[in-house]
Amino acid sequence: MATVTSAAQQPIRALRNWAARPAVATALILLYLAVVLLVLRGLDRRHLWFPTFSTLAFPAFVLSPFIVMSAPISRRLKTILIGGLILIAMPLVGIYDTSYLELAIQICIFTGLALGLNIVVGFAGLLDLGYIAFFAVGAYLWAMFTSQAPTVINISGLLVPAWTFPIFLIIGVGIAAVTGILLGLPVLRLRGDYLAIVTLGFGEMIRVLARNLDQPINFTNGAQGLHNVSPPPIPEIWTSFTSSTANLMGISLANVTPVAQQLLFYFVGVLIVAIVVVVARRLDDSPIGRAWTAIREDEVAAIAMGVPLVKMKLLAFAAGASFAGAIGVLYAAKQTFVSPESFSLIQSISILAMVIVGGLGGIRGVMLGAAVVTLLNLQVLKNMSLQLNALRQMDFVIFGFHVQNWPTQLEPAKYERLVFGLLLIIMMIFRPTGILPEPRRRIELQHDDVVTDEDDVSPAPGPMVGAN
Amino acid sequence: MLLEVTNLTKSFGGITAVRDVTLGIPEGSISAIIGPNGAGKTTLFNLLTGIYKPTSGQIMFNGRSIVGLSPDKVNAAGIARTFQNIRLFPAMTAIENIMVGMHSRLKISVIDTLLRNSAFHQQEKAVSDKARDLLSFVGLLHKANEVSRNLPYGDQRRLEIARALASDPKLILLDEPTAGMNPQETVAATQLFRRVRDELGITVVLIEHDMTVVMGISEHITVLDYGQKIAEGPPEAIRNNARVVEAYLGRRAAGTHQEESDHGDAA
Repeated sequence: MATVTSAAQQPIRALRNWAARPAVATALILLYLAVVLLVLRGLDRRHLWFPTFSTLAFPAFVLSPFIVMSAPISRRLKTILIGGLILIAMPLVGIYDTSYLELAIQICIFTGLALGLNIVVGFAGLLDLGYIAFFAVGAYLWAMFTSQAPTVINISGLLVPAWTFPIFLIIGVGIAAVTGILLGLPVLRLRGDYLAIVTLGFGEMIRVLARNLDQPINFTNGAQGLHNVSPPPIPEIWTSFTSSTANLMGISLANVTPVAQQLLFYFVGVLIVAIVVVVARRLDDSPIGRAWTAIREDEVAAIAMGVPLVKMKLLAFAAGASFAGAIGVLYAAKQTFVSPESFSLIQSISILAMVIVGGLGGIRGVMLGAAVVTLLNLQVLKNMSLQLNALRQMDFVIFGFHVQNWPTQLEPAKYERLVFGLLLIIMMIFRPTGILPEPRRRIELQHDDVVTDEDDVSPAPGPMVGAN
Repeated sequence: MLLEVTNLTKSFGGITAVRDVTLGIPEGSISAIIGPNGAGKTTLFNLLTGIYKPTSGQIMFNGRSIVGLSPDKVNAAGIARTFQNIRLFPAMTAIENIMVGMHSRLKISVIDTLLRNSAFHQQEKAVSDKARDLLSFVGLLHKANEVSRNLPYGDQRRLEIARALASDPKLILLDEPTAGMNPQETVAATQLFRRVRDELGITVVLIEHDMTVVMGISEHITVLDYGQKIAEGPPEAIRNNARVVEAYLGRRAAGTHQEESDHGDAA
């Protein structure tokens, strides 16, 4: 393409060269960040078009670290900018409008889950459709030990105090890793589609167990779920820090505790994701990561070359599951309510979709996929519905059409799964390697014919699209 | 004997792919296993490397039984192999392929990996240095960072041998290593096999159809037909063995008539 230079391409290329210069790139990035932050700051909830602007501005903000990461600027500047965005800008935006903080926590949760699943599916090539089960294990672990529901643990007075939360984060890692190994053991001999079916069954088993373990001994409070789960205690200093920060921004918080709590969850979420990123990256770039890649590409050759399949597969299952366990503990503490319905198959599939949409196998891509899909699920479509409602109430007329006459059945939020399904179909047709493809995966997909039976991951789009 | 196979049998349902095979491979030798298509040569390799479990019989390697070991344990015990249809890790680079081959010689600690301590860095340095040595041994150092799938056919064959050598084997099994090569490539490959033995001291066993290679390089040849050993001995003896000629060319062409039930060693 670069060899053909038409008159139209000339200015585009010139522009691109210009933007690639570090000084220009830095200026453009800073300008972008300033605009996004100013828009977010200037948004007014009472404004008619608030949902639309919010839908544009917040994703632009969430995506800004990824833009900074891919910009042609120095590594040091990137670190400073990304650190500033995540550790300073986001909390400030969150104090300004806590709904953004809630979204940011959800993005952290799903990013962590997607990165964990990526170890199993992306690195080791083991298609796992029951990944949400490990998340459930972590969530139920914290919920069972702190919920006020009439469970056997509550009745026998075994509830733990809320300050044990950090300890339970670590216990969650351990328990989920053990669960991962328990799932791994029976499925070691299975590959591809067969493995997917068994893991799917495992995911459902955990959910059904959670729903039915209220009889004969009440462990999980059944379908009613566990309510009044303890959130971790908020240190006094944290609350005062939150309110003084808000005061500095010129906001007086009527009720500072929930904001401080959300802020704490946000930082815990960021910390977990940061640890997960470091662990995933170090595992990938090591003999373990090479062994996983080898297993993914040719299992028979890998074992013949001395790669212990059993050990390496169990390690992948355990590593992937352990992250989900810690995030489950965080989730339970944040929601203060855990019920079996939060851990359905569709959740497993959503996480898998994040991994694949972002770019199977690549850490940055998977994070981007998690952010994009979470925003789409939780913000974009919901806001479109809100916008529609706002316009309806105003009796807004567009091109002679009364928005009021738009049928309520056609609200965007009701078509969440449809839009999601379409997105997946379009992605798989036009960019099967994801938004930010991992280089090796691209090579693997390019010559798919050579590794047909070994490529465990290629069947993934099938069940995903079908599930919608 | 480095490798001693005794009365080895492998049945798949009603078909017996390897029947009562007994053979010995002396340490430091270059041996060949030949036979018509479907004679059970690759099955024998798969039995030796633990990919198949034998139905009956014994395999002694370096003084201990390796029957029932999984392929990775067999590799760790000192037997490495290549495959008839090249089985490199296609999207990995040449050097990464070799690094995977070293897996059984590494000390893999998750803690070291996560902490990135000096033990980890030292090992990674050693792995990368050794991989480069092996690449230069097979003449592929300049292609270290090329994705193995994009390498020319002959290079892929050589890379597969280098990957097998990465586990420091005592014995290397090469399954049709010159298949599909042109005459010049075949000559170069044959020299490589000899260097593996002479310079690295590794015992070589190859399955081969190209008789110039087999007769030119092997000190000892075993002939399989229909899963059974029909002959063994030095190249000259095999060349003139009536049963071998018969197995390859058919009974009438060979002009000999033997009892159907005669399954003893003809060599």
